[in-house]
Amino acid sequence: MTDILEIRDLHAFYGASPVLKGLNLNVRESGITALLGANGAGKTTTLRATCNVMVRVTGEIRFLGTRIDDHPTEQIIRLGVAHVPDGRGTFTDLTVDENLRLGAYTRKDKAGIKADFERVYGYFPRLRERRKQQAGTMSGGEQQMLAISRALMSRPKLLLLDEPSFGLAPLVVREIFSILRTINQREMVSMLLVEQNVSLALNLADQAYLIDTGQIVKHGPASVLQSDAAIRRVYLGY
Amino acid sequence: MQEFLHQFLSGLANGGIYAGVGLALVMVYNSTRRINFAQGEMAMFSTYLAWSTMNFGFSYWVAFLMTLVGSFAIGATIQRTIMRPVTNAPVFSVIVVSTALLVIFNSLAGWIFGYTIKSFPSPFPTDAWYSSVYMSAHEVGMVIITAGMLALMFIFFRFTKHGLAMRAAAQNPASSRLVGIRVGWMSACGWGLAAMTGAVAGLMAAPIVFLEPNMMNGILLYGFAAALIGGIDNPWGAAAGGFIVGVLENLAGAYVVGTELKLSIALAIIIGVLVVKPSGLFGHRTISRV
Repeated sequence: MTDILEIRDLHAFYGASPVLKGLNLNVRESGITALLGANGAGKTTTLRATCNVMVRVTGEIRFLGTRIDDHPTEQIIRLGVAHVPDGRGTFTDLTVDENLRLGAYTRKDKAGIKADFERVYGYFPRLRERRKQQAGTMSGGEQQMLAISRALMSRPKLLLLDEPSFGLAPLVVREIFSILRTINQREMVSMLLVEQNVSLALNLADQAYLIDTGQIVKHGPASVLQSDAAIRRVYLGY
Repeated sequence: MQEFLHQFLSGLANGGIYAGVGLALVMVYNSTRRINFAQGEMAMFSTYLAWSTMNFGFSYWVAFLMTLVGSFAIGATIQRTIMRPVTNAPVFSVIVVSTALLVIFNSLAGWIFGYTIKSFPSPFPTDAWYSSVYMSAHEVGMVIITAGMLALMFIFFRFTKHGLAMRAAAQNPASSRLVGIRVGWMSACGWGLAAMTGAVAGLMAAPIVFLEPNMMNGILLYGFAAALIGGIDNPWGAAAGGFIVGVLENLAGAYVVGTELKLSIALAIIIGVLVVKPSGLFGHRTISRV
């Protein structure tokens, strides 16, 4: 099995303060890798570093074998990475339809884009009902669905998900996670999932990494980490 | 009554110019959240470019198109080279820089083209069939050009991919980057389009106010009033505001305060709007759920 994303000795800084201190992480092709950890451990920063947004980076990041750590964001997106940011990144004043059109900004194939509208509306029928609605007026769950759909519109090979469960009702979270699984199985989109909800993430993922103050402290198959005594005690509470 | 109608309609025509300048201000505001105080002087400089192009022997409409292209390039270049380094600077730095641009363009025009007042041709022949006692041919033409420009802007921002990308980049730069939009270039495009819109206003104004380095001074104030009435972030508001200011100014000038005090109408409107309704008549209210 090959790795779609390889991160080696990654250091990241906001201004002068370091957040990541030599992080190593791999995402397997067509797999779901979870990145778990406490608040402020550097999960979001790892995703931002991968897309080269808002953070200064040293180290090596390879996507499908090519180094991307010196690429500008829009070029990384064009290579096939899509980022569902924390806070969902909704274009609040635009309609649902326009949000999705922006997701397909890097593409030129009109027919394919049209088909992909149907595809994401198929996953999230609720968005179709609201296609003409101003996106900022939707509920948090709907905006999360929109964020995932917007990312899918670029036909990514790798999807970076930043806490898709954040602030949502359990029922909605379950719905979203089951669709993420479907997308992964049906379209073989690889995913790097950042979550604070550890049990949820370990259920979805096949590989998992545990991050603490900017470094990976543990990694392995999700099923193994699920039964790890230390993880159970600290993160799962049983 | 006929006199009133004449004042009203010629106010509407002048309003087209204010709408153009107001629209340019809004476009810069929407793409960079800053006011460009040099907008009027850039328009003046563009008008000089058209004048020189015509002196080279090109026809009016060829010169018109070349000026639009040139103005876009100048606007975009200024954004990339001068405004971009101060993107994250405090608002006062940006004000100082754009005021400096105002002075630079003014002096540059005086230095290159001289301070003597020049006449500037109108593309609309005075004896055209659409001229009447109420509106001169140039006034009719001005209204049509402004309306056409507004329609083009509407189509561009509403229906094209680049228009959508520019709106997105202005609203949410971080998310825009994540869908692959080059946000920096979108700001440059905003400046370019604004310079183009201003150039059209300058070209339409020049036959009336004559061509000289200070021709846009008053017009910029009216443009500010137009943009503020409409709400500084609303292009349609700025256009409507332009026409409102034009009509108010002309009517008040004719019947209330006299021509000498006309410009103070613009200032009164600016202050009035800021005091009573800072978001303008059609200003933006974001509805969002948290």
